[in-house]
Amino acid sequence: MNSKVADRIATGVFGLIAVIIITILASLFGYILVNGVSHISWSFITSPSSSIRAGGGIRDQLFNSIYILVITMIITVPLGLGGGIYMAEYAKPGRVTNTIRSCIEVLASLPSIVIGMFGLLMFVNLTGWGYTIIGGALALTVFNLPVMVRVSEDAIRNLPNDLKEASLALGITHWHTIKKVLLPSAFPSILTGAILASGRVFGEAAALLFTAGLSTPRLNYMDWNPFSPISPLNIFRPAETLAVHIWAVNTQGLIPDAKEISAGASAVLIIAVLIFNLSARWIGSIIHKKMTANK
Amino acid sequence: MNGEFRGRMLVTLCAVIMIAATIAITIFLGTKGLQAFFKNGVNPIEFLTSSDWNPLKENPEYGALTFIVGSFAVTVLSAIIAAPLGIGAAIFMTEIAPSWGRKILQPIVELLVGIPSVVYGFIGLTVLVPFVRSHIGGLGFGLLSGTIVLSVMILPTVTTIATDAMATLPKNLREGSLALGATRWQTIKKVLIPAALPSLLTAIVLGMARAFGEALAVQMVIGNSRDLPTSILDTAATLTTIITLNMGNTTYGSVENNTLWSMGLILLIMSFGFILLIRYLASRRKL
Repeated sequence: MNSKVADRIATGVFGLIAVIIITILASLFGYILVNGVSHISWSFITSPSSSIRAGGGIRDQLFNSIYILVITMIITVPLGLGGGIYMAEYAKPGRVTNTIRSCIEVLASLPSIVIGMFGLLMFVNLTGWGYTIIGGALALTVFNLPVMVRVSEDAIRNLPNDLKEASLALGITHWHTIKKVLLPSAFPSILTGAILASGRVFGEAAALLFTAGLSTPRLNYMDWNPFSPISPLNIFRPAETLAVHIWAVNTQGLIPDAKEISAGASAVLIIAVLIFNLSARWIGSIIHKKMTANK
Repeated sequence: MNGEFRGRMLVTLCAVIMIAATIAITIFLGTKGLQAFFKNGVNPIEFLTSSDWNPLKENPEYGALTFIVGSFAVTVLSAIIAAPLGIGAAIFMTEIAPSWGRKILQPIVELLVGIPSVVYGFIGLTVLVPFVRSHIGGLGFGLLSGTIVLSVMILPTVTTIATDAMATLPKNLREGSLALGATRWQTIKKVLIPAALPSLLTAIVLGMARAFGEALAVQMVIGNSRDLPTSILDTAATLTTIITLNMGNTTYGSVENNTLWSMGLILLIMSFGFILLIRYLASRRKL
């Protein structure tokens, strides 16, 4: 075959692959949004789910998803930030650093169901808590921590070196430099990374299946006492999240309108992921403009 | 000086937590996963080589081979689909249309990563399964549906890493080949792909690691049967899907429950295996 012809065929094939991928995404999003958005209504979002009859909503599941996300981020962000600072600023090349790096790699590559099993063992059985929000959040912490560490480390490493050197040259201590110079400058990238990680946590289900459970008690949204078993704020109650709900109604559901509910819930999840994605870019670019004075 | 020390301790502690978590997971899942063999007397060789899984029979049989085969089958098959697509997209973005191709494909790949796995499962269940049933044959549930869902799920992983691999190749490699009169395709085939091969293999291995561990999406479309699949249209089950299904239905501490933990241990060992493979590939990277 003529090499020119081969070149043209190859170019065509690569173009075709690009088109295939674009088509996959467009049809996925199109399908979910077209099918799902019609099911999203105020009453769908604000009414409790039903386990047998048709017409249930997703109020509690949506609240649980957001609440678990918030608690997970409260635990993960400081820990991940600390780990990232250590890796970027204090870790010297050597055995300890290598071990930590391997551990991050292992944690990042663990299947989420394995993390769920570990959570079941540790936070459900060993502690005797049963299925709880805090157990779910801790399992998600294991899932999310390596991402946060990597994001923070990269953000700090990518800062220009003279920033740090200038501060140190002024006689400011290392820790003070990290706190007052490096962290504020790295903040936009860390925030962007944290928002993207939130999107991942929001849609995660396998790790929550065995830790936060498949049920939600009858919640009373007027009850703000975090120790009451029916308070939405109680972190020691079981909580089914939106993603888990989609799985549950499709595989073990008795609800006749499982398909409609999953379509609506999937659309809510996808829209949430889109919002996380867009806001990460948007916030990132705004702060970047503000801090670097670039127009 | 005090604040200096405290700050350093604080971040060191965060790093130590990472080691502690990894060790805890390995030890806990290791001991729990071995209980079926040491405490309940399940024969480990039978567990790995027999395909008879009947925990409820009078003489219960605990052979997990069906699920092990299922896991490997969907993993390899989905890699066969996702690898050419992902690497092709990477080449398109870096070699053919670097300016606008990247601008369009990059966000698309990022959005594909963001779609939660249960949503992939749900679409697989409502669109793919009926499609396979009426147009290709079989029940619709089965290896083929599981493979397709997984290929789409791991496509972004493969694409992202392959793109990085292609983009970091030194420029003079490309220019040298083109200057010798090679066409773009010849350059890609004979120079760029061989040069990036270890990184491209890493991309595929990472995709396979993800496919091997994915649970809920596969569980929704694969059919979850206990028989060895004989064709790609047959229903099957994987380690993850059996764990997902049965963990909640079996009594904690029972023999059947303990064998599920052994399957979890296999998943853990496999993910260590994937890491070792990636390390090996990384050590072969010359450029």
